[in-house]
Amino acid sequence: MSLFANRIYSKTITSLPTLILLLVVILDLNINIIYKNYDFIINFSYIIVFFWGLKKPEHLGYGLIFFAGIINDVVQSLPIGISSLEYLLLSVIGAFIRNRTIIYNLIYDWISFFIAILIVGSINYIILIGIFKIPIIYESLILGLFVTFLIYPIFFKIFFWIDNMVLIKQNDKKNR
Amino acid sequence: MGRDDLVISARSIFLNKGNRQKFSLLTLIIVSIIVLSLEYFKTGPINQFRSVTKDVVFKTSYFISLPFLKLKNAYYGISDFLKIHEENKQLKIIDLNIEELKFENQFLKEENIRLNALIEEKTLFLDNYHVTNILLDQESPYLRSIVINKGFKHDIKIGSAVRSGSYFIGKVVGVNYLTSRVLLINDLNSKIPVIIEPNGISAIVSGNGSKFNGDIEYLPEKNQVEEGHIVYTSGIDGIISSGIPIGKITIINSKKIVKFFADFDQIKYVKVYFKK
Repeated sequence: MSLFANRIYSKTITSLPTLILLLVVILDLNINIIYKNYDFIINFSYIIVFFWGLKKPEHLGYGLIFFAGIINDVVQSLPIGISSLEYLLLSVIGAFIRNRTIIYNLIYDWISFFIAILIVGSINYIILIGIFKIPIIYESLILGLFVTFLIYPIFFKIFFWIDNMVLIKQNDKKNR
Repeated sequence: MGRDDLVISARSIFLNKGNRQKFSLLTLIIVSIIVLSLEYFKTGPINQFRSVTKDVVFKTSYFISLPFLKLKNAYYGISDFLKIHEENKQLKIIDLNIEELKFENQFLKEENIRLNALIEEKTLFLDNYHVTNILLDQESPYLRSIVINKGFKHDIKIGSAVRSGSYFIGKVVGVNYLTSRVLLINDLNSKIPVIIEPNGISAIVSGNGSKFNGDIEYLPEKNQVEEGHIVYTSGIDGIISSGIPIGKITIINSKKIVKFFADFDQIKYVKVYFKK
């Protein structure tokens, strides 16, 4: 591989978390599932922000998380600033857990994620219903959060793999 | 965990910028709260700034999603082609009397012209309209809406009717400089005054989130609405033109609902009405 191509590849790999988050919010890839009478949304952006906020905050800047939240609000027609607040709160919880943890494991992360999305979901519900009077179906919100919680391990594995790739690339750079 | 530990943790989380971070979390959370509180200002320069921001995000989102849209369209194109190929095979077997159908069609056209002259039919939808493509198709449990490529630069106003083909699909609820957001008729917040023909009964069609049907509210208790009756916009609100077809009445478990004519999955271009 030429030096230029190698540099592009290296840059892409290290920016993957940022690219994934931006693509999810810009293209609105948070999947809406309608099954019988149930209608809910799987919030991938919560998983991305929490995982990278917890593991490697240096790969996903807080400024960028704020910016992604603004884009998400515009695309979803939500009051501008609410998603930024949610994402930053997820980062706060992630950072808090990172500060208190020595060894990571999936189960501990998974339970922490559950608590984090419950807190963020509650704040989201209170602000939208209480302040902005936007009608939200409570069952949809809870169901969406629960399904997001269930799929967390799959993304944990994928992001773990991406993180390893980033690490390899960074080590290559240092050794060169 | 001791109190001191907690204070140290909180300080480190909120105030420390950390490795390769340009802003601290506390700064950004405060900025988010300020931005959120600005949502209360609906006029003046803040609103203009919001409008421009939305335009930029919508257009960017559209251009980034173009390759994905091409892929999606290619998939639908191939499946449509296969369907047509199959239909073509079946049509070859059926013996259609094309000449007879042509004569029948001609006769019906002439009869239609004659009857229209007899009842002195006036042309509905005298308003102007733009045909525009959809920039974003938003579907979430809280919102069924689309973003279209026309804004107040093109004389679009809040409340303007939007049609797909001949059928009513929603109304404009937010206008930016170059883009607008259309609330679809199946959204939970959508309430459209309608008239049900042939008996001319007035009611309200409200969305329930389903792509296929909507609820009918405020129907008189002793109504003569039956299966197959057609639902049109009534135009009572003074913004949406009257007589735009929405759907037809279907009765499921003795509950009367509207089955929409428009297929919300297949909408690519829409007509948005405006008055100069």
